[in-house]
Amino acid sequence: MSSITMVQAVNDALREEMRGDDDVVVLGEDVGINGGVFRCTADLIDEFGEERVIDTPLSESGIIGAAVGMALYGLKPVPEIQFSDFIWPAFDQITSEMAKMRYRSGGQFTCPMVVRTPYGGGIRGGHYHSQSPEAYFTHTPGLVVVIPSDPYDAKGLLKAAIRCEDPVIFLEPKRIYRAPKMDVPDDDDYVVEIGKAAVRREGTDFTITAYGAMVAVALEACEKAAEQGWSGEVVDLRTLLPLDEDAIIQSVTKTGRLVTLQEATKFCGFSSEISAIVAEKAIDVLEAPVKRVSGFDVPFPYTLEHVYMPHADRVLKAIEGVMTY
Amino acid sequence: MSSTDMLQVISKNGKAKRGAEPNLPKKTLLAMYEAMMQTRLLDERMINLQRQGRIGFYVPSTGEEAAQVGSCMALDDTDWLFPSYRVPGLFLMRGVDIQHLVANCFGNEADLCKGRQMPVHYAFAEHKLVSISSPIGTHIIHATGLAMAQKLKKDKGISAVYFGDGGTSSNDFHSGLNFAGVAKAPVLFICTNNQWAISVPIEKQTASETIAIKGEAYGMPGVRVDGNDVLAVYDACKKAADRARKGDGPTLIELMTYRRGPHSSSDDPTRYRGNQADEWLDRDPILRFRKYLEVADMWSEKQETELIERLKAGINAEVKKGEAAGQPSLETMFTDVYANVPPHLREQYENLVRDEGTGHEPDPDAAFPL
Repeated sequence: MSSITMVQAVNDALREEMRGDDDVVVLGEDVGINGGVFRCTADLIDEFGEERVIDTPLSESGIIGAAVGMALYGLKPVPEIQFSDFIWPAFDQITSEMAKMRYRSGGQFTCPMVVRTPYGGGIRGGHYHSQSPEAYFTHTPGLVVVIPSDPYDAKGLLKAAIRCEDPVIFLEPKRIYRAPKMDVPDDDDYVVEIGKAAVRREGTDFTITAYGAMVAVALEACEKAAEQGWSGEVVDLRTLLPLDEDAIIQSVTKTGRLVTLQEATKFCGFSSEISAIVAEKAIDVLEAPVKRVSGFDVPFPYTLEHVYMPHADRVLKAIEGVMTY
Repeated sequence: MSSTDMLQVISKNGKAKRGAEPNLPKKTLLAMYEAMMQTRLLDERMINLQRQGRIGFYVPSTGEEAAQVGSCMALDDTDWLFPSYRVPGLFLMRGVDIQHLVANCFGNEADLCKGRQMPVHYAFAEHKLVSISSPIGTHIIHATGLAMAQKLKKDKGISAVYFGDGGTSSNDFHSGLNFAGVAKAPVLFICTNNQWAISVPIEKQTASETIAIKGEAYGMPGVRVDGNDVLAVYDACKKAADRARKGDGPTLIELMTYRRGPHSSSDDPTRYRGNQADEWLDRDPILRFRKYLEVADMWSEKQETELIERLKAGINAEVKKGEAAGQPSLETMFTDVYANVPPHLREQYENLVRDEGTGHEPDPDAAFPL
């Protein structure tokens, strides 16, 4: 065990998988000598050389497209998109090519690969360094979408993603890149299974679903709710697609109340899907309407970022709403 | 030779330019001729099927047979090809059985792509012919990435990617050539300049004097070839392939030709270019190669008649089989989305079977002319 940050966890996962499999390569902007703008690929070039840690020209569609070609040939590329806000030139490559290769070729061709990209607000990055694009990708059949909420999961899920047979969008919540630290296993074989949610706090009165940096906000809100005598359960989704529906239904069946939490914009957000699934499959257990806490339906603001971002008190209001309905 | 000159081997009257002939055995030359003829006849038959409402869509390549067959002949079995529309000759030249092309156009249960794409979106992993997508140019960068992987693994093969003049305007023409230039990747960029992207002529596609000249800016040679001259196409592609194999990097090859037919079964080219295509009839690549073979005493009228009869009979037999085959099973709608069927897709499949059964009739609008 080592006590490490999420950045170190990502770096360790990449290093271990590259040591274990010569076909794993990293490519992207500034990932080589600079080690990535967040240092997630730091020092990999020293150990694995320029051939496997590739500084590419500045083109997101080029990075993902080249990785698709590499994956077709049998490599296991892990391209980095510097900020998820810059991913859109590669949207065609991701949704029309990477995601559909297996299906459209009748299973003759596949391109398993992991697109890593930092996402989310809380670093005063304005709208081009802060957005949460997960719903664009969860709307695309063929993609696996994974979001860790702490260093332990970041390492274990990334290692599992690199070993996955399907293409994975791996969104890293950069707000918690450098804190908190956490004990993470050094064991090469340790992975966190894709497709399984985790209950981060057990409770009996209400459920909060969250992912990424919002898990900590959900836990903080539950602390505050406990002062009022309300017992909250937090389900960290970890994988958004394919979604662990059972974990959500199980928790809501126990508590009877649901607050969904995300920092992305609200309309057609991922939480809306959770709300719909619960409405379809478990409306009988609900004792109050579902409440969604999210960012607002505006471009991500700079100066008023702290107002935009969901915080514990705002979540507490929603908890009060479902508890006093 | 500069990137604005045009390489030619066979003149219009079938005579080869002295010293320009590639050294190919008679057997190979005749195989190339047969593939060109088979391509022509397949295109004619499939477009007729579409007109009769028996298949939904087709993209003919009439007039471009030399570009397909000559370039493919220059590549090895270890090489990976990224095809576009309008290249059935590649598949035939590389040994794909014609039944698979026909099955794809019917989208039937025998289609290796399981009826999941429109006609002509082929994929043949066994022959290293990568799956075709409709968005233009996206595969150009795939070829570069794959070539980078071949180089990294120190393997023998190279990659080659086919696209048209319209494709040179796409994002991934730029990223594909740029990445390949920087990485010195072993890849051939084969642009079939047929001068039309649906209704948009080449002069509205680029202000560049040629396509080939664009190679220079990416740090690679660009060569311009008479695309209706199968031996010139072969020769240029062979040289570029040898160069890539030696580790000297990519080449951009512009094959000058003309799209004699419509873009696809869905458009009428007389709307945007009148009878311009007629000017290209006497520059037919099959006619030119036939004259060459006749001048060299390798081909006769009798052989021509026999070949056409044999190829037509083969195509007809496959069409009959293809039309009689059933549609892909219901499960194929849900498999291959992921390596394993995830719970939510299993649930959707089971609900579908529960509510609507498995006995789906073929869609009466299956041949709807898009």
